[in-house]
Amino acid sequence: MSAQYHVSSNPHVRSASSTSSIMMLVVIALLPAAGFGIYNFGARAALVLLVSIASAVLTEFLFGLYKKKMTITDLSAVVTGLLLGMNLPVTIPLWMAALGSVFAILVVKCLFGGLGQNFMNPALAARCFLVISFPKQMTDFISTGKGALDAYTGATPLALIKAGESVSVFDMIIGKTTGTIGETSMMAIVIGACILLLAGVIDLRIPGSYIVSFAIFATIFGGHGFEPAFLSAQLAGGGLMLGAFFMATDYVTRPITVKGQYVYGIFLGVMTGIFRFFGPGAEGVSFAIVLGNLLVPLIEKVTRPVPFGGKGGKKNGK
Amino acid sequence: MSNPKKKADSPWNRLVNGLFKENPTFVLMLGMCPTLAVTTSAMNGLGMGLATTAVLMMSNLIISLLRKVIPNRVRIPAFIVIIATFVTVVQFLMEAYLPDINAALGIYIPLIVVNCIILGRAEAYAYSNPPIPSFFDGLGMGLGFSFALTCIGAVRELLGAGKIFDTMVLPKSYVPINIFVLAPGAFFVLAALTALQNYIRIRLKKAGKADKAAKIQSGCNEDCMNCKEEGCSKRFYDTKKDAKTDAKTDAKAKPEAEKKEEKKGGEEK
Repeated sequence: MSAQYHVSSNPHVRSASSTSSIMMLVVIALLPAAGFGIYNFGARAALVLLVSIASAVLTEFLFGLYKKKMTITDLSAVVTGLLLGMNLPVTIPLWMAALGSVFAILVVKCLFGGLGQNFMNPALAARCFLVISFPKQMTDFISTGKGALDAYTGATPLALIKAGESVSVFDMIIGKTTGTIGETSMMAIVIGACILLLAGVIDLRIPGSYIVSFAIFATIFGGHGFEPAFLSAQLAGGGLMLGAFFMATDYVTRPITVKGQYVYGIFLGVMTGIFRFFGPGAEGVSFAIVLGNLLVPLIEKVTRPVPFGGKGGKKNGK
Repeated sequence: MSNPKKKADSPWNRLVNGLFKENPTFVLMLGMCPTLAVTTSAMNGLGMGLATTAVLMMSNLIISLLRKVIPNRVRIPAFIVIIATFVTVVQFLMEAYLPDINAALGIYIPLIVVNCIILGRAEAYAYSNPPIPSFFDGLGMGLGFSFALTCIGAVRELLGAGKIFDTMVLPKSYVPINIFVLAPGAFFVLAALTALQNYIRIRLKKAGKADKAAKIQSGCNEDCMNCKEEGCSKRFYDTKKDAKTDAKTDAKAKPEAEKKEEKKGGEEK
């Protein structure tokens, strides 16, 4: 009889989901975009992705050996490696991709205590590390679907817009443009995002507030007013979609409070806008998210919900 | 061993203390601003370190000589005036004889005035110790600072430009990792080198050289009751005071402390 009254500490809610199952879902959701990247940029894109994943996993493995605590099965290193690879241009030297993965896993994640302790999204931190270290190689985009003679550098759709030229929004939505391996196709990313949304891995709070606030910012400060072609090009271009759905929603580096998630999303939208319209570069998603990551503890502090019956700030205070 | 305080104050001991035991950069974490800002190359680090060393030695010496003349209340302004004098001297000398390094270090040479290592050593050591040990304390601290800055500068220069002291040491095919000569790289290298020296210390301790390691291990655990480091400048919670040596500082410190307490009490009321 007494066996039926099992007393245990919380949490009492049980769920079949685990870190590795969620990570698996994220990998599956990233596959359409990664696959399109390989289709778009050719076999070398696959090689870049493989190298970045392999070096991420290997770093995690070696660090696990050193710490005698193997965390490789939670698949988070695979996600980090894949995300980093998708954030690299296809022409990048392979050792740079490997270096980025090592930086992401070792410096940003493991040295701070492993998954859950990293204060910054490892893949994005590594991308920023590479952009600052190798500005030339990291913006060396070649155009696809053209002969080698027509290959040109540095002209992603966003760079073209910034230079005042016109772009084909349809191509950008399909993804037949230049850019990093995983960011070109809005369609593929949205398919992946739908998988995550349906599986309940992410919700629309952060991506929604991010994209909406960015669109509003672009309307006000973009210099084109409310012009659908410009707006949709800004939304489809660059890493906005990839960042909003797959990186801003990273469990570890987003705020846990509901209100905080909206604040975070709006902050990211505004920062991305500032980087894109007022910064020297054409793109600013990765810097915006990394900056947002740093503010998460503060956001959580000011948006901490008041427990029922607890002292409710100004109303109940003195 | 009859007079441990004297041993701790021997010139050699002060030198080693500054270089390793209480290395201002890797152990005390003082003077971070120039450490992070000017170590873009080994040469800059060395130049900054030696300029600081010169100021530190001289200011420690003069402050120690004047320690009985400077009234306790105005000691900080007095320190600053003395330090600023030597910084000006050093700056003019560098402008005249080392214009390149002077240009590279820029504003950080005048800023040596507010370097917390110098003020820290003046306050913590020179103001309560005789001139000779103070001079060597300044020399040791300065050399420790130079050593640390040169190490950081060398690593940053090597990774960020493939050079050390402006000589290409890596093959030409090496692609420099720019981030190491930019601001973030300073933090990475400082953290990595600090971790490395902590690792060496812990290994030394484990390797049975416990006594030696304990001496090097200045990572003060604030446990002055059980600490045998008699000459420690951080001895705030001194229990069994060495009557001979500490009487002087004690007499000086006590009235001040009492006054402070009174003042505090008054404010609270």
